[in-house]
Amino acid sequence: MTMGESEEAMIRVADLTIGWDDVTLQKNASFDVARGEIFAILGVSGCGKSTLMRYLVGLETPVRGTVVVAGEAAQHLDVGRPPFGVVFQSGALFTSMTVGENVGLPLHTWTDLTPEAVGAIVSAKLCLVGLRGVEDKLPSELSGGMTKRAAIARAMALEPSLLFLDEPSAGLDPVTSVELDELILVLNRALGLTVVVVTHELASIFKIVSRCIMLDKESQSIIASGIPGDLRDSCTDERVQRFFHRASRAH
Amino acid sequence: MSPVAAPNRHGFSIDRAVEEGPAGTVHVRGRLEFLDAGALWTEARKLVVSASTPRVDFDLSKVEAVDGGAMALLVHLRNRLRAQGIASEFVGASPNVQEIVHLYEGDAHLRAVRKRRPEGAFAQIGRTTLTVVVETQLVLAFLGQMVLSTAATLRAPRTGNWREVWPTMERVGADAVPIVVLINFLVGFVMAYQGAVQLKQFGANIFVADLVGLSVTRELGPLMTAIILCGRSGAAFAAELGSMKVSEEVDALRTMGLGPIRYLVLPRALGLFLAIPILTLLADAVGILGGLLVGLMSLDLTIVGYLRETARAVTVWDVYSGIIKSGVFGGAIALISCQQGLATTGGAEGVGRRTTSAVVTTLFVIVLLDAGFTVLFHAIHR
Repeated sequence: MTMGESEEAMIRVADLTIGWDDVTLQKNASFDVARGEIFAILGVSGCGKSTLMRYLVGLETPVRGTVVVAGEAAQHLDVGRPPFGVVFQSGALFTSMTVGENVGLPLHTWTDLTPEAVGAIVSAKLCLVGLRGVEDKLPSELSGGMTKRAAIARAMALEPSLLFLDEPSAGLDPVTSVELDELILVLNRALGLTVVVVTHELASIFKIVSRCIMLDKESQSIIASGIPGDLRDSCTDERVQRFFHRASRAH
Repeated sequence: MSPVAAPNRHGFSIDRAVEEGPAGTVHVRGRLEFLDAGALWTEARKLVVSASTPRVDFDLSKVEAVDGGAMALLVHLRNRLRAQGIASEFVGASPNVQEIVHLYEGDAHLRAVRKRRPEGAFAQIGRTTLTVVVETQLVLAFLGQMVLSTAATLRAPRTGNWREVWPTMERVGADAVPIVVLINFLVGFVMAYQGAVQLKQFGANIFVADLVGLSVTRELGPLMTAIILCGRSGAAFAAELGSMKVSEEVDALRTMGLGPIRYLVLPRALGLFLAIPILTLLADAVGILGGLLVGLMSLDLTIVGYLRETARAVTVWDVYSGIIKSGVFGGAIALISCQQGLATTGGAEGVGRRTTSAVVTTLFVIVLLDAGFTVLFHAIHR
């Protein structure tokens, strides 16, 4: 579950227990995410994938265990410029702002750039995700795929070296989904971005993910970790096989 | 064997064969469709209720088709028989029908369903107490975060969301002018009218100006303005922040290093805090004008006479005390509404619940604060 000695860890999770109130979702989770890889958190619905991501980005404080992101404990988010960008499942664009204002918000807050410079960066970021000329549109005027792309542009505004994506393909048609996967690959290869993605889309997993962990709901633990193709072909755990072979079973 | 029920005018027929021995069979025929669910339920139930044998099976061999709703009713009746201690199965179903039987768990063994007991008095008291404790914790945590965020913003003013203060003042202040003017004018008018009826009897018409001036500046101006802003802006703040919370916008802000208190609450609180005294001054003025109108119309007073009497009766402190009150009311409206908004969980229902709670709590706190101020100002300005 740990990386090779030569690789540098972007995220280190040790002995983490997650849940809320009296509900425990995962116990004693430990794993590392290497710099520059696309890392996936897999599992069936309700196993705690998105909740685990909330702990990784510091939205929840661990009662037990530690999460270290880019060398710092993933807590106290309100105290400074974050070292990562986050794309939520719904996109979570601010509905009262235009798309341009959404993307420009972190730049206005955390840089001394003039409005003109911010505008230039906003346009460039939107072009990067294939959204040219939507700066003045409101989020309600965008389609689902465009909303996700705009959210990626916002998350990338401060040039983070780490990007979290919560179910980026959820609710998207297959074509848009593939386009989004390609965008993530380009960002990873061209910018050296480390990506942590929460998903259960098999096509995405095999296309973009370099390493993954699989969470299990019943045992409340990580039941497998490694390269998705290897897990599919050689993991003997029935739950892992059921997850990776569900498409062929359905047919 | 003889049929108990005759075929009906629907697409199905149902009857029970009365047999010698311990078993009985309900024969179902034809097409069981949800459109005929009412008739199916009535007829099937009649047969099942009158069953007295230790076993009653449903023979589905003559069923041509069945849909989900109809199957659900048959499964319910089968389960009811089993609950009464009568063995019961669906038998003879064709493969197509059997798939629907399986889908609706008609071939599953009955599991005892644990009925939820109604909550007892002690449990209710305990749950309510816990809710109060949790709410108190949330409020205290919010206040703590407010203090920390305010201090942090003062230390690094550049990180404050100052751009939002002016638009907030416009929304809660300028946009509320028409309703504040109308309500307070009418309050002054009504008060003068009611007072005039009494004062006229003693020839003390001019004292209507004292009554209106003092009541409006000390009490009604700040109070009515706060109540209007509570319903108008407080509810808007709670609903706005609640919607942002449930749509993950607040989480998105946090992951950008923008604390929701600093970014969302402080500009709203500041905007309201700055706008409400101005509105209160306006409320005082139009309240007095409302009284003046009554004075002119029904008390034969002159404009100069009325205003001179008002100026004699109302001191600068009366106006100040109202302004001080209104500032505190404004702070209470903003903080309670924002706290409730940020405490929202769930979906649209949660937003509605927190918005209602914000308005009710704020109204209660405003009246409580007003009572406190009245006692305090009376004590220090005797």
